[in-house]
Amino acid sequence: MSIWSYANPVKFLALSIRVQPFLWTAALICLATGLIWGFFATPDDFRQGSTVKIIYLHVPAALMAINAWFMMLITSLIWLVRRHHVSALAAKAAAPVGLVMTLIALITGAIWGQPMWGTWWEWDPRLTSFLILFLFYLGYMALWEAIEDPDTAADLTSVLCLVGSVFAVLSRYAVQFWNQGLHQGTSIPVTTGARTVSDVFFVPLLICMIGFGLLFAALVLYRTGTEIRLRRIRALRARMERTL
Amino acid sequence: MIALLTRDLRLALRAGGGFGLGLAFFLIVTTLVPFSVGPHTDLLRVIAPGILWLGALLACLLSLDRLLALDYEDGTLDLLLTAPLPLEAAVSIKALAHWLTTGLPLVLAAPVLGVLLNLQPAGYGWLVVSLAFGTPALSVIGTFGAALTVGIKRGGLLLSLLVLPLYVPTLVFGAEVARRGASGLDVSTPLLMLAGITLGVIALMPFASAAVLRMGLR
Repeated sequence: MSIWSYANPVKFLALSIRVQPFLWTAALICLATGLIWGFFATPDDFRQGSTVKIIYLHVPAALMAINAWFMMLITSLIWLVRRHHVSALAAKAAAPVGLVMTLIALITGAIWGQPMWGTWWEWDPRLTSFLILFLFYLGYMALWEAIEDPDTAADLTSVLCLVGSVFAVLSRYAVQFWNQGLHQGTSIPVTTGARTVSDVFFVPLLICMIGFGLLFAALVLYRTGTEIRLRRIRALRARMERTL
Repeated sequence: MIALLTRDLRLALRAGGGFGLGLAFFLIVTTLVPFSVGPHTDLLRVIAPGILWLGALLACLLSLDRLLALDYEDGTLDLLLTAPLPLEAAVSIKALAHWLTTGLPLVLAAPVLGVLLNLQPAGYGWLVVSLAFGTPALSVIGTFGAALTVGIKRGGLLLSLLVLPLYVPTLVFGAEVARRGASGLDVSTPLLMLAGITLGVIALMPFASAAVLRMGLR
């Protein structure tokens, strides 16, 4: 049985309903452990004081904000190539979640930046690219809302997602050129493995990241299910009107 | 193709409004800036390149919703869709016509408005060069935005929301060229980046625009 069999909405719904309780529970456990551990059981950083603890919200949210767009890119491509409705609806369902993740990353960053950098906002490349990502999410969602025919809306938003991805990457490098950053580099480089953050902070952070990932998956499955049911209701209504 | 180009140009010239409107808007934006930031010539000199770029960008944006909407309403787009000319070519011609009627006048008018903002003498040449390199990209990207929103009633605001984030790279490099030029620095890196973006966009965007038009009009 290939993964494409889940392009059938019935099968997809059945699986997602079976998986969701586990996802929600796992997300809840991870987030509760990670956040409580991070907030109450880790020592204060010797320079940053207790403000360092906002990292447990900021980094996972930023991670998921980018990955949500990446997921939308993949599902949009699947829709354009194989025309599975579930895929298009999953992209639609992920957009608001990604938008909120971006907002969390921006707001927690501002709250951290106020005592640390002495400013709420700085036109730093990373901050600026996140703001631009936020605008992309807004435009994407607005386009979904504006078009009545669902298939056309899925087509157009998919192309917007593809084109937007290219321009988001371009903007990322453009703003890097335009202003040198205040934002510190990553402390957890995956490729080199040269971590600069000590295990005391890293383990709860990792748990939080996993928790955010699970939460994102659960939210997207839940919202996709809602979209599928909405689509079904609309189809039933249309059929009823025709028979009447 | 030439027939389509001349038709678009003639329509823009004779149908009134469309042609001069962008220029007038550019003039007004530039006039309003000193009112909002104060008449200090030193400050104006510093921000002049950025203001002129932003003004040109907004003037370009303003005329985008007319780019395809009128053709959509009177059915020309449907004819173009079935014409032997590939839609990609038709879209490119549309973007070219838009640039000739909006972008080019802006490029030519920018130095005059630079006088109003007390732009430094060294900046005029680079301002014109950067706008000449950058405005084609604005037209081509804008055509994509117009194609996305063509079937939507009152899509003007949505069009701005979709197109403005796409304008970021062009604006960053274009304004950088103008700013460096005005302060006598080396402009080659941002200029090359700007030219690269413009050429890449001209080569690839028509395909996206045409694809989107086909989907929207199906």
